[in-house]
Amino acid sequence: MKKIVAKQEACMGCGLCEIYCAVAHSKSKDLVKAYNTEKTKPISRIRREVSKPISFAIQCRHCQDAPCVTACLAGAMTKDEKTGLVTHNKEKCIGCWTCVMVCPYGAIIMDKEGKVVTKCDLCQGLEEPACVANCPNEALIFKEVKT
Amino acid sequence: MAKYVIVGASAAGIGAIEAIRKIDPTGSISIITEEYCVDYSRPMISDLVSGKADLEKMKCRADSFWIENKVDTRLSKKAVKADFAEKTVTLEDGEKISYEKLLLATGGKPFVPKIEGQEKEGVFTFTTMAEAQRLAKRIDENQSKSAVVIGAGLIGISVTEALVKRGLKVTVVELQEKILSLLLDSKASEIVEAVIKKAGVNFATGQSVQKIVGKPDNENVVGGVVLTKGEHVPCDVVVVAIGVIPRTELVAGTEIKINRGIVVDNFMQTNVPDVYASGDVAEAYDFILDQNRLLPLWPLAVLEGKVAGYNMAGKKTAYEGGTNMSSLKYFGIPIVSIGNTNPNPDDTTLETLVKLDAENDVYKKLVFKNNVIVGITLVNCIDRAGILFNLMKKKVNVKKFKHDLLRDDFSWAVLPVSLQRKMSVIQ
Repeated sequence: MKKIVAKQEACMGCGLCEIYCAVAHSKSKDLVKAYNTEKTKPISRIRREVSKPISFAIQCRHCQDAPCVTACLAGAMTKDEKTGLVTHNKEKCIGCWTCVMVCPYGAIIMDKEGKVVTKCDLCQGLEEPACVANCPNEALIFKEVKT
Repeated sequence: MAKYVIVGASAAGIGAIEAIRKIDPTGSISIITEEYCVDYSRPMISDLVSGKADLEKMKCRADSFWIENKVDTRLSKKAVKADFAEKTVTLEDGEKISYEKLLLATGGKPFVPKIEGQEKEGVFTFTTMAEAQRLAKRIDENQSKSAVVIGAGLIGISVTEALVKRGLKVTVVELQEKILSLLLDSKASEIVEAVIKKAGVNFATGQSVQKIVGKPDNENVVGGVVLTKGEHVPCDVVVVAIGVIPRTELVAGTEIKINRGIVVDNFMQTNVPDVYASGDVAEAYDFILDQNRLLPLWPLAVLEGKVAGYNMAGKKTAYEGGTNMSSLKYFGIPIVSIGNTNPNPDDTTLETLVKLDAENDVYKKLVFKNNVIVGITLVNCIDRAGILFNLMKKKVNVKKFKHDLLRDDFSWAVLPVSLQRKMSVIQ
């Protein structure tokens, strides 16, 4: 399946991926509105890992044998066997943090206010995930990866 | 007759069905459960009592799951006999179902010690949907104001939170000197206890309940408990939440080898051909202790069920093992506890690193053996916990960067680039 891969040497740690991810998952999909007027503040599903001079961005890798899906107490994490996508259902999530405990990439984000988790959905409906499309230095690549 | 017969329709049963169907799309599957509904998340019964989840939300698989996977579900049916010579399971109503491969996923039942007065109205356990519904109904109908929870483990704390959310005054009685004693060391336990106390909960640690007493006007209804030190705690309900024990009664007295739970090998197979066991009823492999033991935890039950399912369907698959691992959300204090979190101070082969931010109730403790992580405790700092768990599971030698694992800004970026590549974190 097509996945996002990170190139550490190309990442400048600018954080645009986080901004565009949050906006892409906001209600309005508009940067100004998302941050200024929307009631629920947008949360990015991609996260910079920074320890200067090293930086790169990480998000759900849609694992083949996804530990989060097996571990989920609520059936909120599911794996689509056809597309390979690991999907999180916010309505089913109970914020038990079991997926946070088992995700080998540390890629599941805690929405502490909403008491649920959130994670990358590879921007369903967009041609390319927002983080990849808006990375200024091609540090994020969306490509076919052997699973 | 079914090719695959599964007794028990909870975590391990579901895991087995999913695995079987990956290998064998058509072989017939029958699943037997004595509950009236299939597949609800047991850890969520506290959310049911607190009102956070309803029955629909508690279904951990969609209704279509059973249809799509062509599962013959036998609800409200109790398996009473297993005959390994003729390869059949007999139900309470007399029906015999023959199997080619059998999975025992009967789970656990609450452990209830003998307590004087336990027959009184208002005493509950807390492991099934039906019991949780009875508790909730009782609280509503009798307008219960206070409760005593016996046991300050995972189940005890979860039901305590649910009761507090319903407005009850709760006293938790725990035989050990600290709460969550199987998960937390003294420091972590102390932090968590203080947080829960702030929510109005009382703790009576180092004590047990001597007897349950009735109400002044009705001896048959719970009115309070008397603790071992003699203190009388008035209450309207008592919840016994000491723990679970394996439900082995279906195969007790047969040739199946039972220790505390059903003994299985690395393929989740019992000593009887074509008979497997998974979940709370089985003693599966603990990769930290390097031995098999009871580990009644939902995620492990699913995993063990999957391994059993693959093997039942003919794909030889070994269980990677689990360990004592839990994440807790209760009372707004996120906790992760994995492996050996209470190291024996006399064990010189173990090394412990600790970081405490007392002001913010943040606590991190890692235990190492031969430079490999064997214990993880995270209180109020569980973000990226899975990275540490992964290093633990893969037995990565962390000698050169073990102090970095406790950094406040811990992330993949603080770990060696070579490791980032090896773990496919970066290209």
